[in-house]
Amino acid sequence: MAVERKIRVLAAKPGLDGHDRGIKVICAALRDSGMEVIYTGLRQTPEQIVAAALQEDADVIAMSVLSGAHNYLFPRVMELVKEKGIADVLVMGGGIIPDEDIPALKAAGIAAVFGPGTDTKDIIGFIQENVRKH
Amino acid sequence: MCDPQKMASLKEAVAKYDEKVAKVLQKIPERKKEFVNTSGIPVKRVYTPLDMEGFDYMKQLSLPGQYPYTRAVQPTAYRGRYWTMRQYAGFGSAEETNERYHFLLKSGQTGLSVAFDLPTQIGFDSDHPLAQGEVGKVGVSIDSLWDMERLFQGIPLEQVSTSMTINSPCAVLMAMYLAVAEKQGVTFDKLRGTVQNDILKEYSSRGTYIFPPRPSMRLITDIFAFCTSDVPQWNTISISGYHIREAGSTAVQEVAFTLANGIAYVEAAIKAGLKVDEFGPRLSFFFNSHLDFLEEVAKFRAARRLWAKIMKERFGAADPRSLMLRFHTQTAGCSLTAQQPLNNIMRTAFQALSAVLGGTQSLHTNSYDEALALPSENAVQVALRTQQVIAYETAVADTVDPLAGSYYVENLTDQVEARAQEYIDQIDRLGGAVAAIEKGFVQKEIGAAAYRYQQEIEAGSRVVVGLNKFQVKEERLSDLLKVDPSVGDRQVARLKELKSTRDNAAVQKALAELKQAAAGDANLMPLILTAVKALATLGEVCDTLRAVFGEYEAPALV
Repeated sequence: MAVERKIRVLAAKPGLDGHDRGIKVICAALRDSGMEVIYTGLRQTPEQIVAAALQEDADVIAMSVLSGAHNYLFPRVMELVKEKGIADVLVMGGGIIPDEDIPALKAAGIAAVFGPGTDTKDIIGFIQENVRKH
Repeated sequence: MCDPQKMASLKEAVAKYDEKVAKVLQKIPERKKEFVNTSGIPVKRVYTPLDMEGFDYMKQLSLPGQYPYTRAVQPTAYRGRYWTMRQYAGFGSAEETNERYHFLLKSGQTGLSVAFDLPTQIGFDSDHPLAQGEVGKVGVSIDSLWDMERLFQGIPLEQVSTSMTINSPCAVLMAMYLAVAEKQGVTFDKLRGTVQNDILKEYSSRGTYIFPPRPSMRLITDIFAFCTSDVPQWNTISISGYHIREAGSTAVQEVAFTLANGIAYVEAAIKAGLKVDEFGPRLSFFFNSHLDFLEEVAKFRAARRLWAKIMKERFGAADPRSLMLRFHTQTAGCSLTAQQPLNNIMRTAFQALSAVLGGTQSLHTNSYDEALALPSENAVQVALRTQQVIAYETAVADTVDPLAGSYYVENLTDQVEARAQEYIDQIDRLGGAVAAIEKGFVQKEIGAAAYRYQQEIEAGSRVVVGLNKFQVKEERLSDLLKVDPSVGDRQVARLKELKSTRDNAAVQKALAELKQAAAGDANLMPLILTAVKALATLGEVCDTLRAVFGEYEAPALV
């Protein structure tokens, strides 16, 4: 029986925001659930994030922004994902994202937006259900 | 309670009580098998004088305003005057933030606190590619002296005390503030306020670093030296545990890592040739006040005592003002919930009360809508009113350190101090705070505590009202503050205008001189002041320093 490939998640902090408590907790929870997690660290440009996703052959890009710059950063990542031909990568966002911004982010291709108070099990469940199947 | 006979009879009484409790427990078990607080300190069922055996009042507490300052740094504390009510505020452009400052001052706020946007905090002008989407978002955008002048329009700087949350490019923003004062005709010796200027917690917890540790420490000690001679009433640093706690640390870790950073700054300043009693009195601190009410009160008291001992015993400080840990407090942003946000008003009130009972010098109370956005004017008014109710209605400020002598609070104060000291010893063994951060020790400790906290919430062993218990179906809060998205374009246009109207030769000359000085060891403050007065932008000054100092590369730690 072939060994099942672990889901590979690129966790990223786009923009200048330094709030990384949330993303680090999520990294730990995803890892504990059996996923492979690569964390980029702070201050990543959309270009760097998508390049890292390509290089790491990520199935998922999980981004966290608490600074209010999500309306620029998330769609920019989606543009690049499409440009690079990896549109089957599941791209998710979280942080402090006002409800009214969510429809436009989803229209841009962000699969899900998780706000404050989200249970990590909900994020894990969402990834397991929606990630591309190899 | 030193009378041996009385202690013996107390021991007997406690033994009987324990027997009785054992019977009660068979019928009615307690809510938990073990009660342990977030710092890992076991919490006993009841505390008695037996928990204070060997307690030496004068040594451990003494009187307010006396070493080791456990009870207060001032002899009369709030009976003289209340803490400074200081709401951290800033968003959009300088004009919009200036309007908010006038609103806050009119509402009875007694000090200003400037929140800068991320590009400003990281030393980028608004037209830098990395600033895209970030201009004016989490604070006010300041590119040049022009913006700084607008920020303080109509606010006489000799009459307010101003706190500025600025770290890596602190010298530049400080210089702009001084330049505004000069334009207002206010001499530097009249200026009162604080700059955060605390780079070490940026590496470990907050993320707005620019330069590597060594040149960063030099900028910090340059500010110490410059202010000692030229801006004597200014608090030259606010050594911050707030962000360490927000990043997930426990209360004990907050005290330990903050004071360990403090030790590193004192050592750096001494190494730079300053005398501990020259700069010691202008060091200030900044703590979080979180949900465990009594632990927080104990934490503030423990921090005061521990710092006094460190300054006296470790550094030989003699001026009493060098020994006094004066601090600002902000209620815990990370404790706010997006769910049932009005509950945040209560959380904030309890946290604010613990800061007051812990003797804070100034206080920021969070607004109930801050898990969702920057605060709206209504929400910030409720937050300020919370402080005013504590001050003017509850009477808790009428006597100094009212919880002193509580068997539990004193025991907890001792334990927080002892456990923080253990961490400080560990950090010393690693080579000090800078080395401990470079090795990732501090970050890992904080990260592990944060994960534990989240796991407790998800397991339900830690209840967050409205989040994992007592939930309701609800509409999200409306009426949130929205930053005008045009601020980025406006700032870029203003930069263009600035660069086409200023004396560019004077700017280039000032920057060249700064660059040369940065490569040597002269104090950079006067040169930065010259540059910003010539209308060099924040980004230009920081780029000049980047060219000499290089940039910090964070270690990948997760």
